[in-house]
Amino acid sequence: MDSLPIYPSGYDNRKRRTQAVAFGVFRIFSLFIVIVLFAILGFIIYKGAGVISWDFLTKAPSDGMTSGGIFPAIVGTLLLMLGSAIVAFPIGIMSGIYMNEYASKTGWAVKFIRLMTNNLSGVPSIVFGLFGMALFVKYLGFGDSILAGSLTLGLLSLPLVIRTTEEALKDIPDGMREGSLALGATKLQTIWKVVLPMGMPRIITGLILSLGRVSGETAPILFTCAAYFFPQLPASVFDQCMALPYHLYVISTSGTDIEAQQPIAYGTALVLIVIVLVINLLAGRFRKYFENKLKMK
Amino acid sequence: MKKFFEKAVRWLLTGSGFITSIVILLIIGFLFTEGAGLFREHVIEEGYVLALNKGNPVKVMTAEEIKAVFDEDMTDWSQLGGPDLPIEIFRLEDADKYFTEQQLGKHYEFADSLISGLVASRPGMIAFIPESMADADAGLSFIEDKTISPREVFAGAEWFPTATPAPLFGMWPLLAGTLWVSLFAILFALPFGISIAVYMAEVAPPKMRGFLKPLIELLNGIPSVVYGFFGLIVIVPILQQVFGLPVGESGLAGSIVLAIMALPTIVTVAEDAMRNCPRSLREASLALGATHWQTIYRVVIPSSMSGIASGVVLGIGRAVGETMAVLMVTGNAAVVPTSILEPLRTIPATIAAELGEAPAGGAHYQSLFLLGVILFFITFMINLCVEFISARNKAKNS
Repeated sequence: MDSLPIYPSGYDNRKRRTQAVAFGVFRIFSLFIVIVLFAILGFIIYKGAGVISWDFLTKAPSDGMTSGGIFPAIVGTLLLMLGSAIVAFPIGIMSGIYMNEYASKTGWAVKFIRLMTNNLSGVPSIVFGLFGMALFVKYLGFGDSILAGSLTLGLLSLPLVIRTTEEALKDIPDGMREGSLALGATKLQTIWKVVLPMGMPRIITGLILSLGRVSGETAPILFTCAAYFFPQLPASVFDQCMALPYHLYVISTSGTDIEAQQPIAYGTALVLIVIVLVINLLAGRFRKYFENKLKMK
Repeated sequence: MKKFFEKAVRWLLTGSGFITSIVILLIIGFLFTEGAGLFREHVIEEGYVLALNKGNPVKVMTAEEIKAVFDEDMTDWSQLGGPDLPIEIFRLEDADKYFTEQQLGKHYEFADSLISGLVASRPGMIAFIPESMADADAGLSFIEDKTISPREVFAGAEWFPTATPAPLFGMWPLLAGTLWVSLFAILFALPFGISIAVYMAEVAPPKMRGFLKPLIELLNGIPSVVYGFFGLIVIVPILQQVFGLPVGESGLAGSIVLAIMALPTIVTVAEDAMRNCPRSLREASLALGATHWQTIYRVVIPSSMSGIASGVVLGIGRAVGETMAVLMVTGNAAVVPTSILEPLRTIPATIAAELGEAPAGGAHYQSLFLLGVILFFITFMINLCVEFISARNKAKNS
């Protein structure tokens, strides 16, 4: 290339220099965001690691939130994740199946539903909070409760569940369906025995990720479920509960003694981050495992 | 039997297909009914009146004027088109300044006539008293109590939802705060987002991309309270020192946190768009002797412009609706922002901060639902924009 004198001399060099500069900028910017991410994670791990202890994870807060642990908040968050899964997973997966298997690909229904699903996924979480308060807490009279919180969080994670299900099923070759139908299976049998098992790995990956999202949401549970201080474990779905993200919010912004609460805030943030990390790793592992399994076949 | 079962399942699935549409309709329905109630509420607190001396010709006061009078920012009736008289304020708790306990009676049984008489005898007095206390025979005139008008709400520049006697629901400062923070967040996030997307889609070796991709996903997965906490503990003090601010909680802190949070959305969508750029286009450009960089910015970026735009618009949507992180770092002062270094307050943060204290069903409560409606529509419009962009893109490609 260098020896072809098509351009005036120096042009090639200039081109190469521009490219080097541009790519250098991209590299620096990318490096910067990696640094930011590691700064956030590193900071919270560094400050929080010293706080984590068996007692911190298994005891209720005490002394006006200045000592003790975060056990009720951990349990609350797990309960809310479970509750939202019960609400969102069945109906979300069914909705995804309808979109990919039943609805006509070019019909108005698919277009309309997709528009609505995309819109729902763009609705800010605080609006879900308002809505959950108006519908579940006030109108249906559930009060501030795990039930209301789970329903609100479930609706919030619906679009993600629907979309992952749809995408997972979309990639299954039509030949599989046709083969099953040709053997005399009904449509439902085909979906149940062929389509769903094949799509499951990716659906489950999506479900795990949606749980991750639910675990960190604060705004939707502010007015539907979260309690500032509820040291005993909830006895029924109509009880309030503590939750990790809300706990982090209140102890880092309000309270009697913010200085003394700070270590607990670091610890809470670390536990939250660990949950998110574990969920992300789990989802990634899961995806890889099943991809390899499919490849081997 | 089997056929019936198949059919039943089919209907069940069809029904669940429309779940998101139903949820959207319910959201609109509930937010609207609560929010629209604000315009049926009266300017002056329910059950109370503003009584004047009969000689005072002033009949109409806006909520802002009422607040100015009771804050003693306005001290003369001539400012309100009345006579040249100083304004005297009377609140119920002032009663013992004018009367002894004996005069008022043990159970305040004489208060009605005493207070009415007082207002009737003082030409410059304005009294904020319960409706039942205003003696009709005493010769008082009353400020006309209108319902809250949309103009006061949408164009009003003051947000004092708990002010008495007349709360102010001017949403402009909140709307401006939201737009202001989001605008700066996108300005910060844009160069980074596009650069990282280009790097990942075009420049980075596969291994590097395999390293960056999960990191970006992780960045997306970190809960917003954690960002808020990090912002509060790290970014806010740094800004306070660097810019010598009285308080570090500011619009700038909010936009920086939001920029980090909007980044994954921009990167993911823009990178997808660039990777989907047809190989033939790229090869044609390279074959003409263009360098890799020239190909990127003359061919790849223009051809994936709509995808990049979608990513940016989605990023804006994420920034506009973000609640917790913004609530924790922006300082929450409900004023129309003039500088990014000042504290300001966004719509979602206002809802999150105030809904817990607003009595259910009251004007304040309803005004927060109205904010929710506004927020919902902003994000709805943003989503429609994205749909429009990608629909046009599909039409262009096919």
